[in-house]
Amino acid sequence: MAITAVSSLGRNGLSDWLIQRISAVILLAYTVFIVGYLVCHPDVTYAEWKELFSLTCVRIFSLAAVMSLVAHGWVGMWGIATDYLTDRLMGPKGSVLRWLFLLACAAFCFVYLFWGIQILWGN
Amino acid sequence: MSGFYHALSFPGQGLAGESFMAVQDKRPVNLDIGSIRLPITAYVSILHRISGAVSFAGAAVLLWMLYASLASEASFLQLQECLTSFWAKLVLFGVLSALAYHTAAGIKHLIMDMGIGESLAGGVLAARITLVAAAGLIVLAGAWIWL
Repeated sequence: MAITAVSSLGRNGLSDWLIQRISAVILLAYTVFIVGYLVCHPDVTYAEWKELFSLTCVRIFSLAAVMSLVAHGWVGMWGIATDYLTDRLMGPKGSVLRWLFLLACAAFCFVYLFWGIQILWGN
Repeated sequence: MSGFYHALSFPGQGLAGESFMAVQDKRPVNLDIGSIRLPITAYVSILHRISGAVSFAGAAVLLWMLYASLASEASFLQLQECLTSFWAKLVLFGVLSALAYHTAAGIKHLIMDMGIGESLAGGVLAARITLVAAAGLIVLAGAWIWL
């Protein structure tokens, strides 16, 4: 446990647990907002959509959602990696597999965060 | 009883003087998940993990859609055009289904965190409600995409 905790987001289970819940609530609220908007405006035009995402509050909400996605995704994928990609289940290459998997997840997280910011503020 | 005695015995020494590791090796590391019939709560839990991993990868699709919808009017119209194709609809349905299931199971977690439904019967009922709610959300997602 001490070996794997170094790669966890909050460095301990209780912190990860809290991060997972807070990010979950933000992502749920954002999903309801976006799905609700699209259901209420099925024929949304580019101008209306663009205007919606030019609002500061929508941009901040979107940024919070992207940050939550990255944190939530990392804690979740870390849980999967440290449960299944272990020496016990995967043989002596387990730890190597786990670190490669976590590295790939970290790359996804970084791209999501950077790309998200670029989409929201880039143009 | 013997296990209890082992735990109390001097570190490095078993009952008959075997090495500490040999004693440890006889202890079950964990339940052998593959050999037992799993309860509904276990399936709901493992599906939560699988749908979470699919959603994490599927977020790339959703971010790409957000990018295409905002980059320019041309890319916005291109995205609309793209989403009329069968395969695009299928991919989006897959991502939204995973997200819908993960959301339903996640809400179950948040409710149980409040101390509601923590008994064995409560857990089974919550798992059933999760499956029904997720199925309902997935049907709605399908109707949204195809109707």
